[in-house]
Order: sequence, then structure tokens, then C-alpha cells
Amino acid sequence: MTTLQETTALPTGTWSADTVHSSIGFAVRYTGTVNFKGEFGDFAASLERGRLEGVAQVASIEVDDESLAAHLQTPDFFDAERHPELRFRSETITRDGDRVRIDGELTIKGVTKPVVIEGAIHGPATDAFGIERVGLELSTVVNRHDFGVSWNVPLPTGEPALADDVTIAADLTLVRAES
Amino acid sequence: MKVLALSGSLRSSSHNTELLRGAAAAAPAGVEVLLYEGLKEIPAYDADDDLGLDGQPEAVGRLRTALSEADAVLVATPEYNHSIPGALKNALDWVSRPLASSPVRNKPAAVISASTGMFGGVWAAAETRKVLGALGARVLEDAVVVPKAHERLADGVGAELAEELRAVLEALLGEVRERETAAAA
Repeated sequence: MTTLQETTALPTGTWSADTVHSSIGFAVRYTGTVNFKGEFGDFAASLERGRLEGVAQVASIEVDDESLAAHLQTPDFFDAERHPELRFRSETITRDGDRVRIDGELTIKGVTKPVVIEGAIHGPATDAFGIERVGLELSTVVNRHDFGVSWNVPLPTGEPALADDVTIAADLTLVRAES
Repeated sequence: MKVLALSGSLRSSSHNTELLRGAAAAAPAGVEVLLYEGLKEIPAYDADDDLGLDGQPEAVGRLRTALSEADAVLVATPEYNHSIPGALKNALDWVSRPLASSPVRNKPAAVISASTGMFGGVWAAAETRKVLGALGARVLEDAVVVPKAHERLADGVGAELAEELRAVLEALLGEVRERETAAAA
């Protein structure tokens, strides 16, 4: 029973993302066929006193096309000039074994909306190098129009090329901050 | 605030160019509308002639410089075959290369339109907004649409149109000020 209690408890203390081994990205259905993905190269995340916070820099969006990367920065999409960051801040975190539900607020393009994030939680556990880690595999689906990211073009069928729903996913490995 | 005004019509007595002159005359205090007149000299886009920012044709460089020096862009376009006139689209295509260096990037832009038809060039204006968005501009929805331009502009830009044009310039000015405020913060 002691073991179960430990694995269902939320980690206490201060943890911050090891960004080399973590990632934050988005995925959206494009042309009705592919699940197009992009990542944020520059981000930070922390878990402190039961609150998860994260910030991702729009300027660091990585996609494999120079023109698309440039377009994503403009007012048609994320509007990096006015809104250089995406932010998340949790309100409540509920753990049930290796499942976790996080209620919080997501800010994209200056618009803040409540979101529910669900996923997996691993640890805390000590890795092979003696570092304490907590793993979070999180994702949520948002309607991009709610955040004013409404660019589209019609396909020859008349259907929009870019879907409304966008999956935002974070794979985080958080290490305990040295006290 | 400097507004670069681009007319999609090259015709000497163009209704759209007249609208832009009307905008210049109706401009609020502190707003200078500069009519760009070099669109006709810009050659057809050819990637073989696109040798990077310092290697584009001179006529393109002049437009790029004019756009760079402006705080905002005002396009007036007619409608050719339900779409953007070739010369205007061609000019925008040139300055879009490379996209990350587009001189209209984050720059407030508005599109107005006039045509002799019933709809005032709304489709061409909508497509011009789309293209300016692709170039990274901060595209405003504020518009002036002039159907039956040959009748509406027969006696020039009247007081009512002048007021509409002034409102578009005010909207551009508001966006420019917001940019300046954010940059200063």
C-alpha cells in the first residue's frame, strides 16, 4: 500500500523541465489527409508547489519549410510581434496512478482560455545518474479559432485546407531543482 | 505616419488611383499618403532573375525600399476576371521573396477597391488581403468599396467617400501607433 500511495501522490518540491529530453509541439490536420506537426525549440516548464507552468516561444517554431516558418510568425497565425509566447498555467492537478488530469489556462495569441489536459505521469524516480525525475506526457485539443488563429484556404472541393482542432502535446521530463 | 499607396490599375485615369489621391487629400493630420507609381516597370516574376535581396531587378528594389520606408500600406485594386490584376499580384510576388524578409512583414495594410461593375471589386480586394496576409502584413478588414466607379467618381471623390477613406487611414494609424507603443515598451 505504501508503494501505491507514493505513485498516486503528486510530486512535492520544485521541478523544471530538462528541455534537451523534453518537447512541446502542435499537430493539425492539413488537406484532410496529414496530421501536420511543428515543435517549439525554445520553451520552459516547471512544477512547483503543485502548479505546472509552461512557456513556449513563438519565434522558435520549427517546421521543415522556410516560407511556412515565416508565415507562422505573422498575424495570419501566431502574430509573434504582438504575442511572442504561448503560456500555460495549471489550476488543479489530479493524479490517479499513472494517469493525470490537469485543469488550467492556456494563452495563445493573447487569448486565455480554460483547458483540460490529460495524460500520463511517471515517477518521481531516480535515473541512472542519480537525478530525480518526473515524466509528464500531456496533450489537449483546442479549437484554434477560439484563440484567433483562423487562417485558411479552401481546397478544390470547397473544404478548408486546415482543420479547426489542434492538438497541443508536451512530453516533459522534469528534474528536481537543487535545494 | 507614412502610408505607401499602391494602385492595382496602371491606367492614367484609373478610378482606383483616384481613390488613393482622394485618400491622400482626406488624410488626417500627421498622415502622409505617398502614391507609388513604379508598378509598370516591374518585370514578370522569374525565379531565374531573383538573385536574393541584393540581386532583384532595380524596379523591384525601388518598391521594396518604398515599402520598407512606409509605416503602413494602402492598396486600391480593380478586379480583373474576378481576381487581382496581374501587375499588382506580380509586384507583391516579387517583394514576398524571401518571405522572412518581406518589407510588409507585421506592417498594417488595408485594401480598398473600385470597379465599374456592381460589386466594386470585392473579390479582388479579398484576394489581395489574402496575399498581403501571406506576405506577413497585419491586414485590416476596414475597407472602402466603390461599385459603378465611373458614376460614383464622375465628379471626383466626394465628401462621403473622403470620410470613408479617412476612416481607413485612421484605422491604419491606430495599428501603427499600437506597434510603436509595443516596440517602446
